Amino acid sequence: MDTTSSPPAVPRPHGRLGRDVQAKIGNQLRAIYDDIVKEGVPDRFAELLQRLEDKGEKGSRS
Amino acid sequence: MSLDPSVRDAVLTAVPSLRAFAISLCGNVDRADDLVQETLLRALANIDSFEPGSNMPAWLFTILRNLFRSEYRKRRREVEDAEGTYAQTLKSQPEQSGHVEFQEFREALAKLPADQREALILVGASGFSYEEAADICGCAVGTIKSRVNRARARLADLLSIESTEDFGPDVATRAILTGTTSR
Repeated sequence: MDTTSSPPAVPRPHGRLGRDVQAKIGNQLRAIYDDIVKEGVPDRFAELLQRLEDKGEKGSRS
Repeated sequence: MSLDPSVRDAVLTAVPSLRAFAISLCGNVDRADDLVQETLLRALANIDSFEPGSNMPAWLFTILRNLFRSEYRKRRREVEDAEGTYAQTLKSQPEQSGHVEFQEFREALAKLPADQREALILVGASGFSYEEAADICGCAVGTIKSRVNRARARLADLLSIESTEDFGPDVATRAILTGTTSR
């Protein structure tokens, strides 16, 4: 489906990226991602799940 | 709707990564959090279709991705320039992370086609295997691999990252120089 997207860019001498390039990209990507992961679970989601759980308990006990 | 505490814990454990995925898809924290909320509600409403013991993160990521895709398609009809809007949203949110030095990377990431961006993030940041990423995206493993490779190649071009292994010390020096003078 997306085979029509951008043609192969500048040909690379070895046809693929060097391992150091892959590592550099991977490190930056993970740094950005992990910054958000480290924020943990925002209160709104913890509360949402708690509310649903409470509702479930009340429902099953009555 | 009853929610088993062990299921709740499995869901909660997945939330931080799910959120990071949502933010990288949307490029906007508020919209991403709404998407996560919608995903959790959808997941819990359909919790019976979750097989106990199977991969909870992958299940949640699949739901979130599908929700994002249907919203994205809807928006695309409204706003033709979906990628441009994404890039614009990113630019208006420099406070998204304290790391200013990643701004360039973030902008490059925004220029990737959505398919390639999500494949790269799932495999390169969320830590899913190629097989899991293929399940989440509903495509073949080979497709994921090729998207990830194209995403990396494009990022390397956009960020002018050159291999110091392959090209020797001259290029290494030049890369360091351009890296420091580009700011």
